[in-house]
Amino acid sequence: MNNATPLLQLSSIGKQFGGLSALSDVSLHIRRGEIYGLIGPNGAGKTTLFNVITGLYQPSAGEFHFDGKSYQVCKPHVLAKAGIARTFQNIRLFANLTALENVMIGRHVRTRAGVLGALLRDRATRNEERAITERARELLRYAGIEKPAQTLAKHLSYGEQRRLEIARALATDPLLLALDEPAAGMNATETASLKTLLQTIRASGITVLLIEHDVKLIMGLCDRVAVLDYGRKIAEGVPEEVRKDPAVIAAYLGGGDD
Amino acid sequence: MEIFLQQIINGLVQGSVYALVALGYTMVYGILGLINFAHGEVVMIGAMLAISSLTALLGIGVPPLLALPLSAGFAMLGCMALGYGIERIAYRPLRHAPRLAPLITAIGVSIVLQNLAMMVWGREYHSFPQLIANSPHSIGGAIINDIQIIIFILALAIMAGLMLLVHRTRLGRAMRAVAENQHAAQLMGVDINRVISVTFMLGSALAAVAGMMVSANYGLAHYYMGFLLGLKAFTAAVLGGIGNLRGAMLGGLLLGLIESLGAGYIGDLSGGVFGSNYQDVFAFFVLIAVLVFRPSGLLGERIAERA
Repeated sequence: MNNATPLLQLSSIGKQFGGLSALSDVSLHIRRGEIYGLIGPNGAGKTTLFNVITGLYQPSAGEFHFDGKSYQVCKPHVLAKAGIARTFQNIRLFANLTALENVMIGRHVRTRAGVLGALLRDRATRNEERAITERARELLRYAGIEKPAQTLAKHLSYGEQRRLEIARALATDPLLLALDEPAAGMNATETASLKTLLQTIRASGITVLLIEHDVKLIMGLCDRVAVLDYGRKIAEGVPEEVRKDPAVIAAYLGGGDD
Repeated sequence: MEIFLQQIINGLVQGSVYALVALGYTMVYGILGLINFAHGEVVMIGAMLAISSLTALLGIGVPPLLALPLSAGFAMLGCMALGYGIERIAYRPLRHAPRLAPLITAIGVSIVLQNLAMMVWGREYHSFPQLIANSPHSIGGAIINDIQIIIFILALAIMAGLMLLVHRTRLGRAMRAVAENQHAAQLMGVDINRVISVTFMLGSALAAVAGMMVSANYGLAHYYMGFLLGLKAFTAAVLGGIGNLRGAMLGGLLLGLIESLGAGYIGDLSGGVFGSNYQDVFAFFVLIAVLVFRPSGLLGERIAERA
């Protein structure tokens, strides 16, 4: 795949819930290797768009291209295989699995042993299982949470859970890592180290999509930013431009008080 | 004392069969939140398939020690196909329907299967061919025969295997992930439809083995045998905490013991008013007691944790 084509291209995406139009005519593209921010007031449709991108919602209209391929109706596990991974605004780990097992689940999409392998425990299956465990430990180390590997996810601290969710998403070998408000509820120190982690991830070649309320984090981290309001895209560009855009100031920053 | 030991042995053997069936209920419940009331009929069909194929194989002169595993395999495959079909046809279209719909459908499937079995195998009792000498052994005055020993050991081995499968393999991890959070599991690339199908098939394979064990132990099978057995295994699953695999095993063994000891002593305790024919009452007494005093079961979690 050549590097000039955008990694993700959305054209005129719409999403209706009954009579309510949550997204209308949203077009945007995310380039390979960038950190792309999505901001907007509460209820602007950020999470809806996010759910469309990760396959949890099917768009009612529009076209969806990822990594040069067009996707019509796409199930989440298909998009996961294609290379989209995400985290949730409200953390959704497998609470009763250990931290290590959570990350091992993330390897599911890149491995293949099935029922037969599980029953026979042949050499290929055992080797695969070993590789899964090794890679999972590596990712825990990468995300800075190797110590509580055998702790149940529900017993981890809030910051650790956020990191574990990122490690689990990375385990799917994504091309695009989509993070839904990763800094929500974090203190300044945690946010700073999250920022470092995201920069490391981008440096490793993974494209990052970020929804965030923390405008400072978005402005300091993203290469380009899009702004949603009432389900429409009202601005897009580098952070400095977007910050000055009158429509954005009116919609998002509260009528120019800033 | 001999009666006590005898009832313990009978209870453990019967309980290990309940445990195998209860696992089927609890696995499906853990993943879908659905009580598959047709599961008891799968046990019955497993028994019928095993007896039919075994009789046919012995008829053409296959040696018993080869015929037994062959017919077991046949019954398991048949039940796996059945379990897959039940989920695909009856439950999957109702996955997002209100909870009452799949419950009623389950009862419907159960009636359909019973009647189909009646059409295929008739209303008469079918006897399980005698394959091994089945010699009785005496332990401290109590009697245990070969078939009972095989049933108990085989059931324990299968349960150990299932625990390994669920806790040590990629497939088992996917099953636990789907049980915890279907959305998140999908995003990890887990095909939840496949995991659900596999779960039904595994449960049905266990049911086939259980059906074979019951009919081998009592020497008989009948198109109506799945109903009571299914209800009791469901009781065992609830007793242990439905949705919990260890709970299903514990509940199965406990229920077997309670029933067996109850049946053994009810005559003495009631001064002869009730006899051992009241055995079935104990299972349902247990069900009511659990639902009243500890609805989440012995090892079950509080409901809030699943939300």
